[in-house]
Amino acid sequence: MAECSFTAEVEKLRLGAGEHFHGEGILAVTKALLQSGVAYVAGYQGAPISHLMDVLADANDIMRELGVRFEHSASEATAAATLAASVNYPLRGAVTFKSTVGTNVASDAIANLASGGVVGGALIIVGEDYGEGSSIMQERSHAFAMKSQVWLLDPRPNLPSIVRAVENGFELSEASSTPVMLELRIRACHVYGSFTSKDNVRPAYTLKDAIERPRREVDRIVLPPSTYLHEKEKIERRWPAAVNFIQERGLNEFFSEGAQDVGIVLQGGLYNGVIRALELLGLADPFGNTRIPLYVLNVTYPLVDAEFAQFCAGKRSILIVEEGQPDYIEQAVHAILRRGDVQTRVHGKDFLHMAGEYTGSVLLKGVRAYIDSQSPALLERHAPPAVLAPAVAEGDRETAVAIREAAAQVHGRPPSFCTGCPERPIFTAIKLVERELGSHHVSCDIGCHLFSILPPFNIGATTMGYGLGWAGAAAFNTPETSKRTLSIMGDGGFWHNGLTSGVGNAVFNQTDNVLVVVDNGYSAATGGQDILSSKASNPIRATNHPIEKAVRGVGVEWVRTVDHTYSLERMRDALRSALTTSEKGPKVVVASSECMLNKQRRVKPVLRKAISDGRRVVRERFGVDPDTCTGDHSCIRLSGCPSLTIRPNPDPLRSDPVTVVIDSCVGCGLCGEAAHAAVLCPSFYRAEIINNPTWWDRWLRHARSTVIGWLQTRIERRLAGLAA
Amino acid sequence: MSAKPRALTIAILAMGGEGGGVLADWIVDLAERNGFVAQATSVPGVAQRTGATVYYLELFPRGEIPAGAQPVLALAPVSGELDVVVASELMEAGRALQQGLVSKERSTFIVSTHRVYSMTERTSRGDGRVDATKLLEGAREGAARLIAADFAALAEQSQGPIAPALFGALAASKALPFDRSMFEDAIRHAGVGVQSSLQAFDAGFTAALVPKAAPLDAPGAALGPRLAALGERIDRDFPSEAHEMLRHAVLRLAEYQDTAYAQEYLDTLLPLRDAGIVLVETGRHLALWMSYEDAVRVADLKTRRSRFQRVEGEVRLAPSQLLDINEFMHPRVDEIADILPAALGRWLMRPGWGRTAAARLTQRGRIVRTSTIGGYLLLYMIASMRSLRRRSLRFRVEHDRMAVWLGEVQRLAAAKPALALEVARAQRLVKGYGDTHAHGWRGFQRLMGVLPALEADPAGAQRLGDLANAALSDDTGAALERMLATV
Repeated sequence: MAECSFTAEVEKLRLGAGEHFHGEGILAVTKALLQSGVAYVAGYQGAPISHLMDVLADANDIMRELGVRFEHSASEATAAATLAASVNYPLRGAVTFKSTVGTNVASDAIANLASGGVVGGALIIVGEDYGEGSSIMQERSHAFAMKSQVWLLDPRPNLPSIVRAVENGFELSEASSTPVMLELRIRACHVYGSFTSKDNVRPAYTLKDAIERPRREVDRIVLPPSTYLHEKEKIERRWPAAVNFIQERGLNEFFSEGAQDVGIVLQGGLYNGVIRALELLGLADPFGNTRIPLYVLNVTYPLVDAEFAQFCAGKRSILIVEEGQPDYIEQAVHAILRRGDVQTRVHGKDFLHMAGEYTGSVLLKGVRAYIDSQSPALLERHAPPAVLAPAVAEGDRETAVAIREAAAQVHGRPPSFCTGCPERPIFTAIKLVERELGSHHVSCDIGCHLFSILPPFNIGATTMGYGLGWAGAAAFNTPETSKRTLSIMGDGGFWHNGLTSGVGNAVFNQTDNVLVVVDNGYSAATGGQDILSSKASNPIRATNHPIEKAVRGVGVEWVRTVDHTYSLERMRDALRSALTTSEKGPKVVVASSECMLNKQRRVKPVLRKAISDGRRVVRERFGVDPDTCTGDHSCIRLSGCPSLTIRPNPDPLRSDPVTVVIDSCVGCGLCGEAAHAAVLCPSFYRAEIINNPTWWDRWLRHARSTVIGWLQTRIERRLAGLAA
Repeated sequence: MSAKPRALTIAILAMGGEGGGVLADWIVDLAERNGFVAQATSVPGVAQRTGATVYYLELFPRGEIPAGAQPVLALAPVSGELDVVVASELMEAGRALQQGLVSKERSTFIVSTHRVYSMTERTSRGDGRVDATKLLEGAREGAARLIAADFAALAEQSQGPIAPALFGALAASKALPFDRSMFEDAIRHAGVGVQSSLQAFDAGFTAALVPKAAPLDAPGAALGPRLAALGERIDRDFPSEAHEMLRHAVLRLAEYQDTAYAQEYLDTLLPLRDAGIVLVETGRHLALWMSYEDAVRVADLKTRRSRFQRVEGEVRLAPSQLLDINEFMHPRVDEIADILPAALGRWLMRPGWGRTAAARLTQRGRIVRTSTIGGYLLLYMIASMRSLRRRSLRFRVEHDRMAVWLGEVQRLAAAKPALALEVARAQRLVKGYGDTHAHGWRGFQRLMGVLPALEADPAGAQRLGDLANAALSDDTGAALERMLATV
C-alpha cells in the first residue's frame, strides 16, 4: 500500500462529459488516459510521477471496468518494453516513470520500440525531475527523444493543456507510427487546477482481441535488414507525418504573432512563467494577452521548420526560452534559419543562463534584458518590478543588513531519515563497527538509505544508480588485501535490477565483499509502494517473496538476516562478522525492519481504535533527563532522529543546550540501544504509557507507589531547607 | 488590492510532515468557494522526508476575469512579488528572506517563532544554535507586516497541529479578502480533525491579533534556612555580579553532597573574589566540576519525586493512564570503581580476578525499571553511597585535577586575566560520561599542555579559546590536533 491514498480522488475519474474536474495535474493525466481509450498502462514509481502510479493503483477497479490493464513494472525498462503491445495491434498504451533516471533505464526498450514503430498510440509520460526539489543528476529527457526519434510534448502547464496533450499524443503517435514522450515538470505534476472532462472510453480493440488473434510482421522486428528499413522510414515517412500532424492540428501555438519585430519562442512548460514575466514588465495582462509575439512549442521535438520561418518573418530577432542544457532547440533553430536563409537573429542562452532552472525571477530578468536590448521603448512606461528595482535606498540599508544577517543564520535542511526509521540503526551500527575496524570503502545506492552520506552519519563514497550499489564496488576485488568493502542496496533497487547487476555479478566474479540490503518492506523513497518482498498482503499483487531466498537462489552462501534492525548489537555483530569472517565469497546482510512512516500509517489507527475500545495498549517513547544530560550530543551524532533534538539548558550553571526527545518519538528503541552499545550516558529512559490499565496494573502501581513514595519522601527530607 | 487585476500570491515554507500541504488545500478551498480561481503547487519529492518545502499558491478574483478568458497563473514565485509568506518555523522564515521572497512593500509575513533545530545545530558538541534574534529582526525589517508568535506552542496547547494555527493567523492578518467564518468553513469542509483544528485556528487567530509579551527571566535561586548562613557569606565576601551564580552553585553542591561541601566551594573561590568575570566563570565551572556526574549523582537525580513528575509531564500522562520508567544504564568497571573507596577502586581497576569478574558483569548495558520496587531500591541504594563519596576513587581524582586547574587560574588571574578566563572556561571540554568524558579530559589536558607557550603569546587568550572550540568541533580530536600543530 502506498503512502498516499487517492481512494477519494479516484472517484473523480468517473466524471462524465461536461463535468468539472478539480485536482492535481497528475490525476488529470490519469483521467485523460481513460478518456483516450487507453488499453494498458504501466510504469515505475518515482518523484514526480509517484502519485500517478498511486492513483492508478487505487483506480484499479475503475480501470478493470473499462478493460484497462495496469502493471506495476519491475523497472522502467519493463515499463517501456510493455509498449511492445502497440507494435502489432491498434492498442493505445501509456507508461510512466521519473526522468531522466527512469528514461536511462528504459532507453534500451525505447530505442527498440522506436525503431520498429507502433500501430497503436504509445505514450511515454516522463516526470522531468529537474530544478528545485529534484533528487537526481540534472539532465534533459530531450536527448532521448532526439536519439531514438520519439516525439516530445512539453505542454503549457495548466490542466486543460495537459489533458489535450495526452489526447493529441496518442493521435500523433498513431499518425506517425512513432512513440510519443510527454514531459511534465515537477510543479506541473503537482499543480492543482481544473478542466472540463469527457466520458471515459472503453478501448475499441482490447487486449483480449490481441491475445486471441495474434499477429506478427517480421519487418517490425529490430533485426537486420529491417533495422535499415526502420531508419529510412523514420526520416522519409514518420518524421514528415509527424510534422504534418503538428501543423494541421496546430499543436504549437502562436500569440500576437505580428505585434512586434521581436518575439519569444518558448517551451510550452515555461509559458506561465514567461507570461508572468511579461505581466510584471507591463507587456501582458494576467489573461495571456501579450504585446510581445510568442511562439509556444507544445511539441519540442520535432521542430517544425515552416513554423519557425513563419514566426521569424518580419522579426529582427527572437529569444528562445529553453530550460536546461545542452541548448538543443537553440542549436536546431540556428540550423533551421540558416538553411532557410532567414536573417532573424537568434538569442537565448546569451540572456538566460545555460545551466539551471528557469525560476520566476530568472525568467523575469532574462526576458527584460532581451527586450531592453532590442526594443527598450517597450519598457519605458512601466515601473520596474521589485526584483529589478534599483539598489536599496540609503534609508533601507539597515533593512538590507538585517535581512543579510538573518539569511546568514539559515542552514540547509536536506532530507533525512524519518523519526524511528529502521535504516538509521543500520548506519549507527556501521559507525560503531568503524570504531572497531576502521573505516571502509562504502558504495551507496539510490533510496532513503542514501541520506547516510549526509550528517550525522557521513557514510558512503559513491552512488551509481538505482540497484547499482554493489556493482559500484565491483572493481574493489583483489587478493592483495584482506580488507573488505561495504555496499548498500535498498529492497527497491534490489528488485529493480540489483539482484542480477549486483548480487549475481558478485557471485559470478567471486567477490569477497559485503552487501547490506536494506529491506524495509516497501519502495519507501518513492512513496511506499509494494514490491516483491513486501510483508503486507496486496489484493492485486504477489508479495512476501523473501530477499534472503532470492540471494541464496543466485548462489550466495553467506547470508545473515537481521529481522530487527533496531537491535544495534545484532546489527553490529552481523556487520562485524561479515567484514571479518575468514570465509571467502560474497557476503550479504539483509537488514529487515518495516519502514516506520508506513508502519505508523498502518498501526496508528488500529491502536487508536483499540484505546477507544477500552483495550489495554502500551505506548512506548523515549526521554532524556535534562539534569543528567551534559549537552555533549554524541547521542544525536549517532542517530540524527528528528525526534531527538535540543532545547535550552534548564540548569542555570550550564549554557550548552541539552538533548530532548520530543513527543513525536515512536519508541523505536534506537536511543536506548545506542546509549548501551556506545556506552553513551545514563540520561535515556524509556517510558511505557499504559492505556486502559487492568485492575492488576492498578493494584501493582498502588503497591509500588506506596514503597517508592515513602523513599522519595525520605529524599525530600534530606533536601528540605536547602532551597527556599 | 491594486487597481489592475492581478493574482494574489502566497508562499508557504514548511518542513515535511508539518501540514504545509493541508494549509495549501484549505486556502484553495477557501478561495474557490468565495469567488476566486485558485492554483497551488509544490515540490514534494524527497523533501517530504523532513526536508524544507515551499508550497506556492495564486488566487485570482473570478469577477475580474473577462468572458472567455482564463488567468494565467504562475507555478513558481518571483522574488519580491508575494502578498503573503507563511513560515512554519523561524529558520524557515530566514530561508524565505534569503530567497528574496519577502518584500518590504508588499508582503504580510506570518512566522512561527519556535525553533526546529537543524542537523548542524543539533550535532554540535557544545552550543551550535544560530542566533534567533537575528532571524526575527530580519523578518521584522524585511516584511511590510510581520505577524510572529510561537504558533507551534499554541497549537500544542489546543492539541492540534500547527497548520490550523497558522491558518488562524492568516485569517487574522486580513491579507486575504475573506472573513473568519469562511476560513473556518474551509477546515470543516476538509473534514479531518475538525474540532482540534478549529481550536488551534482560534488560538492562532487570537495570538496574531494580540502578540504575547515576552516571558520574564527565570527567577533566581533563593536559599532556604539551611543555607542561609552561606547566603549571608556570599553577600558579604563576594562582589554582587557573582551572587546569583554563587547561590545556584551553593544550592547545587549542598544537594549534591552536603552543606559542608558547599562551604568548601566558597572557601576555594575566596582567593578569586576580586577577579571580576574570572571569578564568575571559574565559580560556574568549579561548581559543575565539583558536582561531577558519578553513578551516585545519576541515581540520586533519577529517584526524586520531582523527576517522576517531570517524566509524567513530558509524556503527557493522562490521569487514566499509568506509567513505567525504564532507565538505560551501562556502568563499566570504571564507573563502579569510581564510587568505591579509593583503595578498593584502585584494586578493582588493576588486572586481576576482581576486574575480570566486574568486566564480565558489565559487558552489556542494563535496563533498570525504576517504577518497580526492585529497580527503584537499586538506584536508591547507589544514591545512598553519597556518604562514601568523599573517600571514593573518583572524588580523589577529580579534586586533584581541579586543584591543578584552579592553581593555574589563580596564578594567571592578576597578570593575565584574559588568559585566566579562557583557562577557566576550558573546563567545558570535560563533560559527559565514559568515553566521551575521557575524550574531553584528553582534550583539556592537551590545552593545559600548551598553556606555557600561550602565556608568552600576547594573543594567547584568544588562541586558547580557539583551541577549545576546535576541541569541541569534532568527535575525533582531529581539529584540535591540526590547530595545536600551529602553536
